[in-house]
Amino acid sequence: MRDARPLVDALREPASVESLSGGEWTDLISIARAESLIGSLAHRIIHSKVPERIRMVLQDAVGAHDLARQQALWEADCARRALADYPGRIVLMKGTAYVAANLAAGIGRSIGDLDIMVARDDLPVVESALLEAGWEWVKPDPYDDQYYREHMHELPPLIHRERDRMIDVHHTILPLTAGPTPDAEAILQSAVRLENGLYVMAPADMALHSIAHLFADGDLAGGLRNLWDINHLLRQWSATDTQFWVHLAERARVHGLSDELARALRLASALYATPVDSSLAGRAAVTDALYIRRLLARDGYGRETRKLVRFAFYIRSHWLRMPPLMLARHLWTKWRKGGQRPE
Amino acid sequence: MHHILLKIGPAAFRIASAWRRPLDQLASLYRDYPAPDGGQVDFTVRLEPEKPWRRHIRPSVHIGGDFWLPDAAPLPLTQGLLAAEMGMNLQMALGWRRHLLLHASSVEKDGKALVMTGLSGSGKSTLSAMLAERGWRFMGDEFALLDPASGHIMPFPRLISLKNEAIAAMQKVASSDRFGPQLQGTPKGDIRHLVPPLEAITQMNAPARPALLLFPRFGHAPELRDMGQAEIFVRLTQASTNYVALGEAGFQSLTRFVEQVPARAMDYQSVDQAVELIDSLWSHLP
Repeated sequence: MRDARPLVDALREPASVESLSGGEWTDLISIARAESLIGSLAHRIIHSKVPERIRMVLQDAVGAHDLARQQALWEADCARRALADYPGRIVLMKGTAYVAANLAAGIGRSIGDLDIMVARDDLPVVESALLEAGWEWVKPDPYDDQYYREHMHELPPLIHRERDRMIDVHHTILPLTAGPTPDAEAILQSAVRLENGLYVMAPADMALHSIAHLFADGDLAGGLRNLWDINHLLRQWSATDTQFWVHLAERARVHGLSDELARALRLASALYATPVDSSLAGRAAVTDALYIRRLLARDGYGRETRKLVRFAFYIRSHWLRMPPLMLARHLWTKWRKGGQRPE
Repeated sequence: MHHILLKIGPAAFRIASAWRRPLDQLASLYRDYPAPDGGQVDFTVRLEPEKPWRRHIRPSVHIGGDFWLPDAAPLPLTQGLLAAEMGMNLQMALGWRRHLLLHASSVEKDGKALVMTGLSGSGKSTLSAMLAERGWRFMGDEFALLDPASGHIMPFPRLISLKNEAIAAMQKVASSDRFGPQLQGTPKGDIRHLVPPLEAITQMNAPARPALLLFPRFGHAPELRDMGQAEIFVRLTQASTNYVALGEAGFQSLTRFVEQVPARAMDYQSVDQAVELIDSLWSHLP
């Protein structure tokens, strides 16, 4: 298999899997596992007619993700208790937010770290409360630590010494050095309170965070999964709120993410047939094809392919995050330290 | 990439490799195993060059696949067969949820299973291989698969991985066409794979009720000791790769196993001693 297209086809059109051959199934499963979409795929096609062995593979994936869901909610609750004395809002982000708010995007989703967002001024309080409750620094490197604190949208990652689970504490949704400067205060202001006292972002902000994460921050690693999240969020809210698109456009302007929003709508529509507002999506750009090539860069053995495209997006991710001079200085420092690839 | 499909017990694998040789070795050693029905598999294992140029120059095999560990050390291509076997272990350990996986060997007689677990070097692999040449049915030497629904052990009769002294010992009792190539200087010393007896392969879908659990320990004067259930439980949680991942189902399977299966610690200095102890225990089973 040349690329990850079979996975996209199966997610978009579950009935289409019924005509797959044995070898095509094997490719599909490997691609879905490599893209961390096996749980989502399993839930999506569990009612289709599939061979017995594949049914069992899908059930394993459902079971694994039920556990992941439980662990994510438990980890969020641990953070809630550790921060019980903190009076500000604690906003859950990404996968944990999707499952905590019972959204379609949370069904079968793989969840790794816990991501939360708090007000920037409160970071010292939150940080010391977490350290008090058993979390500790993952990266003791002073350069990395200072780098995170001065330029990033989150604290250096913390890991819990007994549960071995990571927490990322954000104060906004993009690095401070990135082009767009989303309005973090507005996100906290309009966040929605859950029963347990934790918060999740309001619908438009949540969708825009997912979009910012995919197009304005990263190198599109895990992009098919992020775009699948975006597909779910857009579908669910546009179906229940007639004013959703208007509100989304307005909010994208506030955060400086209108171009990223347009790109996300075009790609979600192209790959997952997400119903989108065509005036917001705008005209197709020549570069859309390049994004699609990057998103689909995986073969039927689950291997990464298209090394050059991948590398170009990797460079781009750094370019977007930092002004050129700063990027050069950062890469130079990291290179001299002989460390791994820069963050 | 080249690939072959293998079915072993309840699991089916696609082994993909940048080189033909490990696949040819697998094809020859797994010649008596059936093909996966319909060509669908549970897992893909990938054997790839560690870096692109390591495909031809000092070829070095990185073990990857559907499930992988970030810090898995590469092996030289001469140990490609071992890499494939380790890759299959890794898929099971990290991805399999249909059974509770115990790092244990198992053999069967009269529909009842003897399960042996212990640290590396305890002799569980050698004992199961030897018992298989003495009238027992070999069920597996790496993983015992405990079925949460029935409480039975499911066979997973892969190639038997013989290490160091066990190689010569088995060469005395098993025919030479059942042995794979001698792999020298692996992370676990010398390794040679042995094809299980044909009966183990033809019966690889027949489960057995666990009747006895042994914790063998090689190199001490022969002795059998009782063990407390709490200790057995904890040692089995440590011997299981997916106990935590199975959640409540894992806890219930293991609790039932510990409550229903008699267990002993067994010291021994030779296979004959061990067989004698096992026979005496076996004859007194309810």
